[in-house]
Formats: sequence, C-alpha cells, structure tokens
Amino acid sequence: MATLYPPPSKRQKLAQADRAREQQELDTIPSDLGSVRVQFYDQATGQPTGPAVSVPVADANVKNLETLLNTLQGNEDDERVPYRFAYHSEKEGQTIDILRDVYHSLLEPGVKTTEDTVSLFYTPQAVFRVKAVSRCAASIAGHGEAILATSFSPVNSSTMVSGSGDNTARIWDCDTGTPQHTLKGHTSWVLAVAYSPNGAMIATGSMDNTVRFWDAKKGTALGGPLKGHSKWITNLAWEPYHVQESGRPRVASASKDSTVRVWDVVSRVIDHVLTGHKSSVTCVRWGGTGKVYTASHDKTIKIWNPKDGTLLQTLSAHAHRVNHLALSTDFALRTSYHDHTGKVPETEAEKRTAAKKKFEEAATVNNTIVERLVSASDDFTMYLWEPSTSNKPVARMLGHQKEVNHVTFSPDMAYIASAGFDNHVKLWNGRDGKFITTFRGHVGAVYQCCFSADSRMLVSSSKDTTLKIWDVRTGKLRMDLPGHRDEVFAVDWSPDGQKVGSGGKDKQIKIWRN
Amino acid sequence: MPQNEYIERWQKQHGKRLDHDERQRKRQAREGHKQSHDAQNLRGLRAKLYQQQRHKEKIQMKKRIKAQEEKNVKSAAPDEPSKTPLPQYLLDRSQETNAKALSSAIKDKRNEKAAKFAVPLPKVKGISEEEMFKVVNTGKKTHKKSWKRMITKPTFVGNDFTRRPVKYERFIRPMGLRYKKANVTQYVYSGTIAIPELAVTVQLPILSVKKNPQNPLYTQLGVLTKGTIIEVNVSELGLVTTSGKVVWGKWAQVTNTPENDGCVNAVLLV
Repeated sequence: MATLYPPPSKRQKLAQADRAREQQELDTIPSDLGSVRVQFYDQATGQPTGPAVSVPVADANVKNLETLLNTLQGNEDDERVPYRFAYHSEKEGQTIDILRDVYHSLLEPGVKTTEDTVSLFYTPQAVFRVKAVSRCAASIAGHGEAILATSFSPVNSSTMVSGSGDNTARIWDCDTGTPQHTLKGHTSWVLAVAYSPNGAMIATGSMDNTVRFWDAKKGTALGGPLKGHSKWITNLAWEPYHVQESGRPRVASASKDSTVRVWDVVSRVIDHVLTGHKSSVTCVRWGGTGKVYTASHDKTIKIWNPKDGTLLQTLSAHAHRVNHLALSTDFALRTSYHDHTGKVPETEAEKRTAAKKKFEEAATVNNTIVERLVSASDDFTMYLWEPSTSNKPVARMLGHQKEVNHVTFSPDMAYIASAGFDNHVKLWNGRDGKFITTFRGHVGAVYQCCFSADSRMLVSSSKDTTLKIWDVRTGKLRMDLPGHRDEVFAVDWSPDGQKVGSGGKDKQIKIWRN
Repeated sequence: MPQNEYIERWQKQHGKRLDHDERQRKRQAREGHKQSHDAQNLRGLRAKLYQQQRHKEKIQMKKRIKAQEEKNVKSAAPDEPSKTPLPQYLLDRSQETNAKALSSAIKDKRNEKAAKFAVPLPKVKGISEEEMFKVVNTGKKTHKKSWKRMITKPTFVGNDFTRRPVKYERFIRPMGLRYKKANVTQYVYSGTIAIPELAVTVQLPILSVKKNPQNPLYTQLGVLTKGTIIEVNVSELGLVTTSGKVVWGKWAQVTNTPENDGCVNAVLLV
C-alpha cells in the first residue's frame, strides 16, 4: 500500500489556472497616450542639454532616450555613450530612476502627466562592458592556512596579493596562474593587504600588531616591521595618489587597540596617532578630499584631518558596532590614474593631474565635490552620510535581518551593495539610499561583495562555499561559481574587470575569468 | 536569623577575643572534615538540600580553578583568539558551534566500500505483528472478518495524505501518533570517529520514510521505530554540494524509540 496521492481537487486546479492567467499578463504601454515633452539635464553640472523634445510615450524607453540624447549631443555612431536617466523634482526633492520606460516610472504612478515637461537627469554609464566571469581559470595551492584577504593590483588584472593564516602574504601571477613571490616576515596571521594607488608597493597588517611594506614588483621587504600598535591590525588605507606629497606616501592602519596610526612609508615613522575611539577600530578609509574616515566598535564613525591629526567630526547614529565603511569614490581612489585603456601618464605631474581629474569627475555632483559615505553595522542597518554638509545621516537603510558585514559603492556611485549574515545581498540606490532589490540565492552568511568596473555586475562570496555573480539591472543571478571546498572569506574583482580572485578556508586561491 | 548586627556592635565596643584569629584558622582548617561528615551522615531532606548546595559550590570552584589555570599560561606569541585563522570581520564574534560536513572527510568515508552502507544502528530488535497492529473490530462486518488494523507505533504521514473511505481503509494510522518533525543531530567526523563536541542538533521536518528495518510494509506505512531511515529537510542548515547545489533532503536514522519518548531523535547519515 504505497501512499498514493489523490488527484488535485477542483480548488487546487482552479488556483493553478488562476496563477497561470495572472502570469501571462504583460505590462505593456498603452498606445493611446500621445507624447510627452522631455528636457535633458546633465547630472554633474545641472545644465540643460538641448531643447525640450516631444517623445511618443509608447516609445519613451531607456534605449530610445539614450539614442535621442546621443543625437542631441551630436555623438557619432562609434562614440555613443550609454546613459542612465533619473527624474528629479526640485519641489518635493524626490528622485526616481527610469528603469525601463517613462510610462512605468513616472506616468503610471501619477508623478507626472503627459501635459507636463519631464526633466530627466542623465549620467553616463561605463562605455566598456565587463563580461561575467564564468569559469575557474586557475586554482592555486600554496598557502598553508586559510586565506583572509585578497586584493588585485590597481594597474591591471595580472597580479593579485593575498594574506593568509600561515603568516605570509603571496603575490600571484594571475595570467599564468602561478605564485610569484612569497612575502615572509610576519609572525602571525596576515589580516589586511593593500596595494598602493600606483601599484608599486604593498602594505600588510597582521595579527602580530605590526605593519610591513613590500616591493610589489620584486617581492622584497621594504625594511622591517613597523611597531606601534598594541593589538592586531584590522584594516589599512593608502593616501590617495593626488593628495600625496610627492615621494612621501602615507598609510593609515586601523587596529583593535582602538587607535589609527598614520605611517610615513619612506621615513618609516608614525606621522600621527589618531586616538579617540573607545573600542576596536574596524575600518579605515582615506578620502580624496584628504580626510580619514574610521569606523569602530564604539558605534561611532570619526573623521580626522591627517595633516595635524585632529578630529573633525563624529558621526553617531548607529546602535551597535560599525563593521564597514565605503566611500562613493573608493574605486576612483583605488585605481588613481590607471584606467581601462591601460595607458599610463609619463611624468609624475601628469599622473597626479590624471588622478585628481578622475577623482573630481567621480565626486562632482552639481558642480560641487561631494564624497558620500555608507556605513554597515551590527544593528542590522546601514546609514548613508554626506559628512561635508551635515553630521546627520542622509538616509537609513533598513531591511537586513542580521548583522551587515560589508558594503560597497559601485564604481559609478549609482548603487550600494550590502552583504549580511542573513544570507542576502541587498542593492540600494547610491544617491538617496532607497531600497532597490534583494539578491537571494546564498544559503550561508555572505561575507564580502564587489562590483565589476562597469557597475553592471556584482560578485559575492559566502560561507556556503560559492561565489555568485548578480546582474545589477535585472536583480537576478547571473552566474553561480561553485568550486571552493569551504567558506570563501575574501573576494576581489580586478579594476579592469577581467578577473575575479577569491580565497577562503580551503587554502586555495581561485582565479575566475570569462 | 540575627535581628541586628549585634556581633559587629559587640566587637566594636569590646574588641575581638584574644584567640579570635586562631579559632578562625582552626575552624577553616576543619572545614573539609565537617563537609565530609555532613555529606556522609545527613539524611532525608536535609541531605538533599545539602547536596544541592554543595553541587553549586563545586561548579563555582571548578570555574575558578579553570580561570586561574588560564591566567597562569604564559605565551610569547601574541594571543590568537582561535586556532583556525579567521578574517578580521569574524574575529570579535562569538562563534556558534557549526557542525559542518567536512567534504574531504566524507569523501574518504564514502570511498570505503564497507562504510558505504554503514549506519549508526546496524541492528535492531524485531517487533512482532501483534505488537505493531491492533485488530479493529467495530461494526458487524469488520468484527466478523477482523481485517482492519490500527497501527500502535508512531508514524509519519505525508502532508497531502487523505484517508480512504472507511470501507476500504485497511490500516489506520492514529492522528495522535503522527510525527512531522525530528530532532536531528549532525556529527562532525574525523576519520570515522564522531566528535561529540562539534555536534549540532536541530529540529527538522521529516520528508519521508525511506526504510524501516522491520518490514517493507512498515516502510510503506511510514512507521517510525528505532533504526528507521528517514529523509529530513536540511535546507535550513545551508549545506552545499561540491557542485554548488543546495542540499535539500538528507537521510537520517532514528536513534530512539519514539513511542516511549514522545519525540523522534535521529542522526544524520553522511
């Protein structure tokens, strides 16, 4: 007597038929709405571009608007730029992204009617496209213990550095999938690694309370350990290239001993000790305007002036420890004068101006330089800050159901991605912190995430041993990358978008490419 | 109970007895003897109360000794908070014990032919049909032929099961003895030996009964006895296969006698 299931009841059949009918309905644009007048504005300057144009509502989708705007600007066929559009009203101060077409974003919710002139602010998207990584190009053994941190060189995707629990950091040649150098010297786990913005040096911070510097090309130590911290190093941040005094780069190191130390790399002395936090400092960021941002377990974010080591601002809104910080200009600062073309300016002065230009391009909104900050916390929320204007947060981002471990800004600053211990990655609007979508799919805590250089994809690493590539526009899983045998602690997408490097508890570095 | 601090008052007025310290020392020295005497000779409720109090004291004592021992350890190396290296963001978090199927350990185990079919409880005591079934004889026809049976053991009945018409129903599975969930323990194996410290027990929904060792008929009926192999829904454990797929159902073996205990306990099979 096997358990035979009875045939579905009439109610079940009806419900199924109902569902099938609902799914078939497509959201189409009604064709009898006539046209709408559209005026384009540049997001960076706030200036109008061209005259107001009348566009048929049925055709007013993003693709067509893009073509129209390119024509208005007189771009030739080969230099067409993809754009993203947003509606912005001065009166109510609200901003709405045009996701697919004007009808569904503005007309249908009743924000605008076909009688009004719709002002659309445009921002250019990356002209290059990063292909989704889909296969494991190399799986390199070498580390004797779990890998705790990885970072690609800002120059290109051919070198990567990883810090591990076996007390070494290693430089990998990602083109051939072979180890290049082993950086030996630390006496305990290497918790943080960071490439200098010009890609010539590597800083490592360790459990043994010291910071060390290494030559990235030769893999040799630049002097001995820098002592000063009394507890382990949690994070490192290089001074942005355009802010550096020439020939005198500096590094800020955050530590469990609740201080941040600013080191002069060349003369190997402590420039300043930033004390004021009451508990472990978890994250440090060096902004392009020359300020140092730190987050701590004492629930506050502090902003420092590294010139004289004074405290400028304290941002307190979180109710629990702050885990991570991200700057809107992180990507521009990390890559400095390197870009997707691979051309490097020749002289130092040119490099500096290129880096400065890149930062200003990234940070300029309405003709002012604005650096935004997003902080993730154990209180399950995130805050978006604009420290230059106010001590109050711009937005509070609610939605995670467990601790938020990691946040990142997309390179074009349009999105914020957050990874939480509740198995979800969430996507937020980078401008006003509005919730966009949740990427569901991981079945373990998500540890880190990283955007591709063109901001169209996101990679996340999780405790469930997989990496997943998400499509930012559709909010869907683009690619599932299994292969690691254990938790994946660290992931990084190379700044040129070619490769993804990951490492975790299974002691193997994996290089992924398309 | 003293009504006031009269001893202190007396001591303030007159001072302590000259041999106070000596008496104190002696009393303390004999403390162990007194405890031993009480422990051996008290009877009845007083013994019970005494043992309870003593038990608590001993726990405190052991804790203190342990703390003391930890304090005495001297190390030159900086203290690493855990044996296994952890990234910065996991360092100051209390790690819940995670039973994780270490994939390599499992593979080794599966490679051994013998281990392939090994289960935690290889043999169980047989259950006779008389014990398993009760003859139902209500109604004239049923009484005459006595073909209807009631199952006297706990069963698992699928979600979408509907009873057949009374006329055709041969086996009755009582509602009161149906189980939907099992307390499943997952062990971490080093080689073939389970490490009890890393075990984790979670309550998981039962999906189906795969094999009842007593009788294939009992498998069909979904009878839960000791040694039964059941399939449980492990999706909330977040297990992932090497190819990245989420593991949904996993097999487990019942380790207790559910009809005696009122719950189903099981061990996850690797």
